[in-house]
Amino acid sequence: MSETTTQIPEEKARIGAPSIPGFTEEGENLSPLNDSASSPLAGASSKSHSHGGGEGVTDSSRAGRLTSYNVEDFPKLTGREEDWRFTPLKRIGSLHTAELTGQAPKVELTGSENVTLRTVAADDAIRGNAFTPDDRVSANGWKYADGAQVLTIPANAENTKSILRITGESLEPAAQHLIIVAEENSEAMVVIDHVGSAVLAQNIEFDVRQGARLRVVSLQAWESDAIHASSQQAVVAKDATFKHIVVTFGGDLVRVNPSARFAGEHAEIELYGLYFADAGQHLEHRLFVDHAVPNCKSNVLYKGALQGKGAHTVWVGDVLIQKAAVGTDSYEANRNLVLTDGTRADSVPNLEIETGLIDGAGHASTTGRFDDEHLFYLMARGIDEKTARRLVVRGFLNEIVQQIGDEQLEERLTDTIEEELAATHL
Amino acid sequence: MSTLEIKDLHVSIDTEQGEKEILKGVSLVINTNETHAIMGPNGSGKSTLASTIAGHPRYKVTSGSITLDGADVLEMSVDERAKAGLFLAMQYPVEVPGVTMTNFLRTAKTAIDGEAPKLRTWTKDVKEAMAKLKIDADFASRNVNEGFSGGEKKRVEILQMELFKPKFSILDETDSGLDVDALKTVSEGVNRAQEENQMGTLLITHYTRILRYIKPDFVHVFVDGRIAEQGGAELADRLEEEGYDRFLNVQA
Repeated sequence: MSETTTQIPEEKARIGAPSIPGFTEEGENLSPLNDSASSPLAGASSKSHSHGGGEGVTDSSRAGRLTSYNVEDFPKLTGREEDWRFTPLKRIGSLHTAELTGQAPKVELTGSENVTLRTVAADDAIRGNAFTPDDRVSANGWKYADGAQVLTIPANAENTKSILRITGESLEPAAQHLIIVAEENSEAMVVIDHVGSAVLAQNIEFDVRQGARLRVVSLQAWESDAIHASSQQAVVAKDATFKHIVVTFGGDLVRVNPSARFAGEHAEIELYGLYFADAGQHLEHRLFVDHAVPNCKSNVLYKGALQGKGAHTVWVGDVLIQKAAVGTDSYEANRNLVLTDGTRADSVPNLEIETGLIDGAGHASTTGRFDDEHLFYLMARGIDEKTARRLVVRGFLNEIVQQIGDEQLEERLTDTIEEELAATHL
Repeated sequence: MSTLEIKDLHVSIDTEQGEKEILKGVSLVINTNETHAIMGPNGSGKSTLASTIAGHPRYKVTSGSITLDGADVLEMSVDERAKAGLFLAMQYPVEVPGVTMTNFLRTAKTAIDGEAPKLRTWTKDVKEAMAKLKIDADFASRNVNEGFSGGEKKRVEILQMELFKPKFSILDETDSGLDVDALKTVSEGVNRAQEENQMGTLLITHYTRILRYIKPDFVHVFVDGRIAEQGGAELADRLEEEGYDRFLNVQA
C-alpha cells in the first residue's frame, strides 16, 4: 500500500471556511503570539480565563487553550476556530447554543460487585477534580448536567470489570456527566457502551490515583441519528497507568475529545482509537496528552477506515511535552484506510516539545488507499472482492481490537466490522 | 489434458492521448505440460498479454478470444479465472497491508479449491514449500509482501504457484531482478510444479538467462504487439547471440 502523508488543504478544511491565520498544513504555527482580532482564542479572553496558560504562553500552543467552567467565557462558535474547523456545526444539534434540558441517556452498571455507582448533585465537590471544560460544548454540558454519576473502583481492587451501558432514548439535546475514580492501586476495566439515540454533550472524568491501573473502552455504537460530543479527561497520578480505547462506529456526528494529563512521575498513558465511517458519517477524535511532569511515557495509536460518499473522519493529536517533563517518552500515530471514493480523512498530529531532555518523541500520520491493485492481486489468487476487502480491513483494524483484552467485546467488534463491510455497496 | 487458447487477440489501454492498441492480433495454443517462452523487446506487449489473461481491469479486449478448455475466459471475473486454474506470477507484486501471509495463503487456497485445506497437512505443505524456495519461516507471520525485497517477492509468487497448483501459470518477468542463486531456486520451483502437476507454463522474459534452467518447448518472439517469429528452444539460443535488433530493423 502506498503511504502518503495526509495533506490538509486549507481552503478545503471546511466548505466556505476561510483559511485561518496561524495555521498551516502541518497544524499550528508555533510562532509568536497570534493577536489577530479574528482569533477566538486571542486577546483578553484567553488570558483572563485560561487555567493552563495565561501571560507568556502563545495562543497557538495547546497550553494556551481556554478552559473554563463557565460557558459564557467561550465565544460563540463560528466554525472557523482551530478546534472546530473540521466539524460541521450545522449538524451538531445546537449542543453549543441550546439549553441542554433533554433527558440524559440512562446509565446502567453491570460487572464486578465491589465497583459502585452513585449519583451526586451537580455542585458536589467531587465534580471537576479531574475535569475542566475546554470548549464551548463541553462547558455547556457542564452547565446543564443534572448531577453526576460516580463509578468508584475501591483501592487495591484486583481485576475488576464494569460495564456502563449508556442508553439514549431521546433526541432532545441533553447533558451528562460521568466520573470514574480508580482508587489507589486498583486494577480495573471499564466499558462505556453508548447505544440508542441521543443528542448529547457528555463530560467524563477519570481520576486515576496513585498506582492504579485503569483500562477504559468508550464504545460509540449509537443508532445512525445520534449526535454525540464527548469530552473525556483523565488525570493520571504517580505510578499509575491509564489505557483508553475509543471505538466509534455509530452515530451521525460523533466527536470524542480524550485528554490525559500526567500528575505524577513514572506514570503511563496509552490512547488507542478505532473508527469506521460510512457514507455521510462525521467521526472526529481530538486528543491531548499533557506531559507536565518528568519521566512519564505515552503512546497514541488511532486507526480508521472510511467508506461511502461523504464519510468524513478527523483526527487531531496534540502532544505537549512541557519544560518540566524531562525524561518523557512519547509517540503518536494515526493511520487511515480509505476504501472507496468520496471520503475524506483529515489527520493532524501536533507535537510540541519544550525541553530537549527527553527519551523520545515522535509522530506519524498516514492515509493509505485500498486500491484496484490490491484488489486485483487478491482476486488473482481466487479471493472474491468482498472477502478481499474484509481481509484487508480486518487485518488493519485488528491491531486496535487486540488492545481491548476482553474476548467478548473483541468478538462483538469483529462482528461489527463484518457488518460494516457487508453494508458496503461498490 | 487442458488447453489454453488465445485467438486473434486485440487489446487496448486508455492513455492520456486516447485509446492505444497494444496487442494487434495474437494467437497461441498452450497445452498442460508444455512450456512456452514469450520473448521480445521492452514495450512489445508481453506483459499486456499476461495481465489480460489474468483479467486486469486496465486492459480492454477489443476483439479475439481466450478460452480454457473451451470456456470463455474473458467472461470470467478475475477470481473466477484463478479458480478455473490460471495463475499469474506478477512482475510487481503489491504489498497488502494488514494481511499476514499465513492468512492470505489459506484464504486463497480455500477459495481456489472451494474448501478449506486440512489444517495439519496444509501447515506442513506451506512449511516445506517455503523451505524449498529458501523463504525464511518468519515470512509466514508478516504481512503479504510488506517490506519484502524484490527477490523475496518473486519467490513468494512461486510459493503461491506451488501451493495453489494451477493448470496454467503465466510468469511475467519473474526472472528480472533476481541474482543467479535466486534464479536457480525460482526455476526449480517452476520445474517442480510442472513435474508434479503437469502445469502448462507461459514464461515471459526479456532475457534468455532463465531458459538455461527452464527448458522451453516453444519460443515466441513478440514485436510490436504481434508474434514475429516462432520456433523451438533453438530460437532462444539464436536470440541470445543476435539480440532483438534483427526484428527491430525489419520494423524500421
